[in-house]
Amino acid sequence: MTHDSYTDAYIRDILVRHRVIAMVGASPNPSRPSSFAMKYLLAKGYRVVPVNPGHAGKTILGQPVFARLGDIGEKIEIVDIFRNSEAALAITREAIAIGASVVWMQLGVRNDEAARLAESAGLKVVMNRCPKIEYGRLSGEISWAGVNSRVLSSKRPILGAKGGQQRVLRSDAD
Amino acid sequence: MSEERKPGFNTLAIHAGAQPDPSTGARVTPIYQTTSFVFDDADHAAALFNLETFGNIYTRIMNPTQAVLEERLAALEGGTAALAVASGHAAQAVVFHTLLEPGDEFIAGRQLYGGSINQFSQAFAKCGWTVKWADTTDAESFRAALTPKTKAIFVESIANPGGIITDIASISAVAKEAGVPLIVDNTLATPYLMRPIEHGADIIVHSLTKFLGGHGNSIGGAIVDCGTFDWMASGRYPSLSAPSPSYHGIKLAETFGNFAFAIACRVLGLRDLGPAISPFNAFLILTGIETLPLRMQRHCDNALEVAEWLRGHDKVAWVNYAGLPDNPFHALAERYCPKGAGGVFTFGLKGGYDAGIALVSNVQLFSHLANIGDTRSLIIHPASTTHRQLSDEQRERAGAGADVVRLSIGLESVEDIIADLDQALAAV
Repeated sequence: MTHDSYTDAYIRDILVRHRVIAMVGASPNPSRPSSFAMKYLLAKGYRVVPVNPGHAGKTILGQPVFARLGDIGEKIEIVDIFRNSEAALAITREAIAIGASVVWMQLGVRNDEAARLAESAGLKVVMNRCPKIEYGRLSGEISWAGVNSRVLSSKRPILGAKGGQQRVLRSDAD
Repeated sequence: MSEERKPGFNTLAIHAGAQPDPSTGARVTPIYQTTSFVFDDADHAAALFNLETFGNIYTRIMNPTQAVLEERLAALEGGTAALAVASGHAAQAVVFHTLLEPGDEFIAGRQLYGGSINQFSQAFAKCGWTVKWADTTDAESFRAALTPKTKAIFVESIANPGGIITDIASISAVAKEAGVPLIVDNTLATPYLMRPIEHGADIIVHSLTKFLGGHGNSIGGAIVDCGTFDWMASGRYPSLSAPSPSYHGIKLAETFGNFAFAIACRVLGLRDLGPAISPFNAFLILTGIETLPLRMQRHCDNALEVAEWLRGHDKVAWVNYAGLPDNPFHALAERYCPKGAGGVFTFGLKGGYDAGIALVSNVQLFSHLANIGDTRSLIIHPASTTHRQLSDEQRERAGAGADVVRLSIGLESVEDIIADLDQALAAV
């Protein structure tokens, strides 16, 4: 597939069906975009496993940090890459090796060779997107910030389990 | 709705940004006439203030009624995000406050709404932002006005008081060469007639008071982020690309990607200067926008008929409407706004200044007031009102000389609009 754009259904399917994310390049610095995304995804009920060799053995946002994808004991579904485009290829090879289902590259990160490799191994690929922004867009939360979600719907949005100021993703069943 | 097909403009005008209210099922956007919003818990509150999550805190900064209006505008203009504020003036003030530091310059086409001319030359000068004037009809004049301190270029798409259609693409080329964002005031056109993003605009501003609200009942303004300017690569706009002292050092352009400018306007300018739109105004404007396509087409069709009729009148010296085939801007109108040249135009009376004053006193159906873009037909004599504070030379350059009368043609039966002008001109 061409990675210049993704349908909402493609992104929604990935975010609804996969709940365990390894975040490669997670930073303990709370000002970094990776920290924002990690905090948001944890609040939405995702399991987020930070991967950062410089902080292995410590914790980020209460989650133990691993040096490499291969060191993680549990099954990882999405590998979320917060490194640059060049580094994405090696990380993608590791993602394939650990049996992940999705390789997701952050805003500004795009590596078409890595994408081809992952797709031929049966993985789904998303590039140049942030899962926090995509979740916010598809759930309707991002609309509170005046952002063009590009969603047109006359269905009622789904409220979060706790509190009125949360929305959750609508799956195909809704 | 199939995702491979893009929704049409008329559909977006009604639906973009709006879904039924989740707690009540209310179909129409509720008017959240509240100053504040209860947090889900303490962590949620902290996350909101840190910009780590999306949600509502306080109506000076955001409001769910306003949010629907913002998404509607972003969708209609093809932008990534928008911010609604108290007025068009406020939108401009917030845009420049976000972009400029004291000592910076910006270039503006001098064929502008008189209020913008005053704002740029008076209020902005007080902030240390210097405007350099260029000729909207000559892209080279923008190039000539560039200096190392230039940080933005500003033009109107259809220039108030009417008649001039801006060749946005040629001015965009200058902005791109200089590495500065192009700001386009699209008030007179609205995205129904023209979408500046398609011609290189990076930021769009609107007075929602006018054709978008469309009914003369609410003052409002908006900023639309086109998502096209690379703030990080530029490095010359610290509000976007440098660690934010207001938000624990995050770089807004890194954190928010292609909607960072709209976010910056909200969490910095709007937050600290406070020109918030009222939720009720946002609601009325939103309702007006639902019929934007119908209204704009009728405004244009009526305006063309009225302009043609005026041109044949013996007391009229000239009519300046780009919809007329012999107008110098007609070719640009066909290229940039083929559906119509807008609802506002000027004409000159042979009797000069005094005839202008007499005309605005004689009309019975036209409303003599300072506004444009109402369902009602409006008339004003700019030289003695909206452009009064300018020098004679500034007035002439802005197209508001002594003999000029400006009309904003409404949605009345066109025969009645013409009949009113007929009887009013007879007594001049």
